[in-house]
Amino acid sequence: MKTARSTRRAHDRAPWPVVIVATLAIAFFALPFIGLLGRTPWSDLFNVLGESRVRTALWLSIRTSVASAIASLTFGVPLAWVLARGRFPGRSAVRALCTMSMVLPPVVGGVALFFSFGRQGVFGRFLDDWFSFQFTFSVWGVILAQTFVAMPYLVLTVEAAIRQADARFEDAARSLGGSRWYVFRRITAPAIRPALIAGAVLAWARALGEFGATITFAGNFPGTTQTMSIATYLALDTDAREALVLSVVMIATSFAVLFGLRDRWMGAVTGMTR
Amino acid sequence: MRVRVGFIFASLAVLGVACGGNDAGRRQLDVMAASSLASAFEILESEFEAANPDIDVRVTSGASSNLALQIENGAPADVFASADESTITKVADFLVPDYRVFATNQLQIMVASGNPKNIRSLADLERDDLIVITAQEGVPVRSYTDDVLARAGVVANFRSFEANVGGIVTKITNGAADAGIVYRTDVIAAGSRASGVDIPADQNVVARYPIAVLASSTRRDDANVFIAFLDGLGRVTLRDLGFGSP
Repeated sequence: MKTARSTRRAHDRAPWPVVIVATLAIAFFALPFIGLLGRTPWSDLFNVLGESRVRTALWLSIRTSVASAIASLTFGVPLAWVLARGRFPGRSAVRALCTMSMVLPPVVGGVALFFSFGRQGVFGRFLDDWFSFQFTFSVWGVILAQTFVAMPYLVLTVEAAIRQADARFEDAARSLGGSRWYVFRRITAPAIRPALIAGAVLAWARALGEFGATITFAGNFPGTTQTMSIATYLALDTDAREALVLSVVMIATSFAVLFGLRDRWMGAVTGMTR
Repeated sequence: MRVRVGFIFASLAVLGVACGGNDAGRRQLDVMAASSLASAFEILESEFEAANPDIDVRVTSGASSNLALQIENGAPADVFASADESTITKVADFLVPDYRVFATNQLQIMVASGNPKNIRSLADLERDDLIVITAQEGVPVRSYTDDVLARAGVVANFRSFEANVGGIVTKITNGAADAGIVYRTDVIAAGSRASGVDIPADQNVVARYPIAVLASSTRRDDANVFIAFLDGLGRVTLRDLGFGSP
């Protein structure tokens, strides 16, 4: 029923004032990219991409963002499950805490990480004392900062999917003697697979774009902590061509991600998965 | 999820309170200042406003190279104070001709308070048990650092290139890094949170701070009053903070 109605509605013609304002909104999003693409040194594109500085930043971003996506999956799925199915006081507060970095200015996240996990931070000092390890200026700092801002995207996507998944199948499996772990693995996980993929890709894309928390917490060094976003921002002061080319790469990536995900992401959020 | 409208208004109110009162009825003067001038200009701002109650100075600080980029792109400011002459020369087209140098500074090695890693000279910056940081290329303190190291024949083992000198200071005063070359005034301003190691005069360079009025400024008179203040009463404050006279 629902599907039929929404299909019919989609074919209705929108009133003209709506069309005009919507067109303005589309232009608002399109014009900055047109402007950027217009200034991009296309003939030099591959030369600039081949420069070692750019390649180093690109490769670092790929490695750290994939690592952050994996970390988000590892810790985010259990967290999403607890938030969706767990019954404990203060669950809303826990959810707000665990997804806050989505709306927080990333630089604030970076400051928080710096004062907790930095070499003389409240917790980081123990890492330094015991293991002579510090996150700041290391690739681990980049991954930590990126995971901090990226994981909420996965948590919210997966939590919505778990809520929408029919709990009766899980109950049935439990009543037939399946262990909790077996039910999670064989019933819950397959049911939310599209949301897992969507959440992981969103988290990956967010990690790829992370800037504020990373530069505040991890620093900036080519090959270790200078990600694409940081290289783009800093190149603007010194070599605008580099900034433009790096921007084009990230715009293409982001567009491909969202275009490829359009149904899965919407589905996961509205609960109309598949 | 039910949105708690009351909560949202409450948080906006918190932001509003944090903004404090506004200064209606005063003429604004927008000053862009190099990072190493940020805390000095905060003090100078209130002193200047006390002497000129009808002018409201607003200071924006950042790496001189970044401020220069903003000026090239039409930032609506009135005065630009850079940490080196080459940066201000780069944007000369956007400035009222002839900048003047209003202060000087020296470079020092900033280390953790009490110098626990026993850093004695520029040569120590080659040690691989130290985390040494600097600013990214184009930032004045980086150019000065490169000059100083070249004079001493030292190749430092840098671990990070911060966006401006403030980034270097923050990372050292909070223990993330062990050493970096900054301005003497930064070490003085850090007080007990850091120590300074002098660089011998034959290896040191003098940082010169030029200031100019932006060509696009519509408040040139007020801008000139501000610059004259730096050469007059402001110089005492600058000297107290560790800056030299040109």
